Amino acid sequence: MTDKTWAYEDFEVGRVIELGPRRVEAPEMVAFAAEFDPQPMHLDEEAGKASILGGLAASGLYTAAIFMRMMCDAYLLDSTSQGSPGVDVLNFRKPLLAGDTLNGRTTVLSRRVSSSRPGLGFVSVRHELFNQHGELVCELANTGMFLLRNPGAAA
Amino acid sequence: MSLDQRLAIGETIVLGTHTFGAGEIKAFAAKFDPQPFHLDEEAAKASVFGRLCASGWHTISTWMKYNAAAMPGIVERSKAFGEPIEFGPAAGIRDLKWLKPVYVGDTITFTRRALGHRPLASRPGWRMMTMENEALDQDGTVVMRFSTMVLMKTG
Repeated sequence: MTDKTWAYEDFEVGRVIELGPRRVEAPEMVAFAAEFDPQPMHLDEEAGKASILGGLAASGLYTAAIFMRMMCDAYLLDSTSQGSPGVDVLNFRKPLLAGDTLNGRTTVLSRRVSSSRPGLGFVSVRHELFNQHGELVCELANTGMFLLRNPGAAA
Repeated sequence: MSLDQRLAIGETIVLGTHTFGAGEIKAFAAKFDPQPFHLDEEAAKASVFGRLCASGWHTISTWMKYNAAAMPGIVERSKAFGEPIEFGPAAGIRDLKWLKPVYVGDTITFTRRALGHRPLASRPGWRMMTMENEALDQDGTVVMRFSTMVLMKTG
């Protein structure tokens, strides 16, 4: 048994979980870029405007990191998560610009209980992040591992 | 001179080596991935990972740090084969696999290898280049692998 709100059984196929909102501020975006991705379009307003991103734009990995935080705050920290082996698909559809506000959703696509570890299940999901104009900024597809709430029951 | 030579297609480039310290692992996790096994040694002991380990997003962001640092050298080298290439933003990531946890104290070597490129019909002068990237630990074991699609201005 678990005292967490989210266990494998709660991720019903078709369920949609809301993420955010999260406003992205220039100082945090630029600090991330300075440490991990110091390309001019991620550091400087003028360089961003002159680039094909059209403004001071986040590193794609900052967008991914913000997505991770939004997922943590929405459900992951209050779940039986056992981590994730990776991400199958991550597409950057629109630049994430300083001052944007992200909203998102996680949609459960499929799930199965591990055959080798009956107390563990795999949940395959699609995540989408939208800006304040409703434009898709970023989408991801991955599989997470979660413990079952009732490993003995037929799932 | 060929575009393949300018883009170093097929060549594995070693980007650098990084030893992950507890302070940076916890600082990244506190901002973006505050799961207990990335934040606290004792909680990590009780977790599926057994020891404090880096967020997978921290590992891939650190790959980017070394990739960005290597870019000027890669651009400079491209001049031997024609006009210098220009790096643009990433369009996406495919098949990101966190194969092993990166534990505190692990020394990780980052690499990249350009696989191929195609013209972008929507942006004359730009191409989409696919790269396969790896992180290897001090024993030479691959701990992370992923592919990226990056926009390149090749003229």
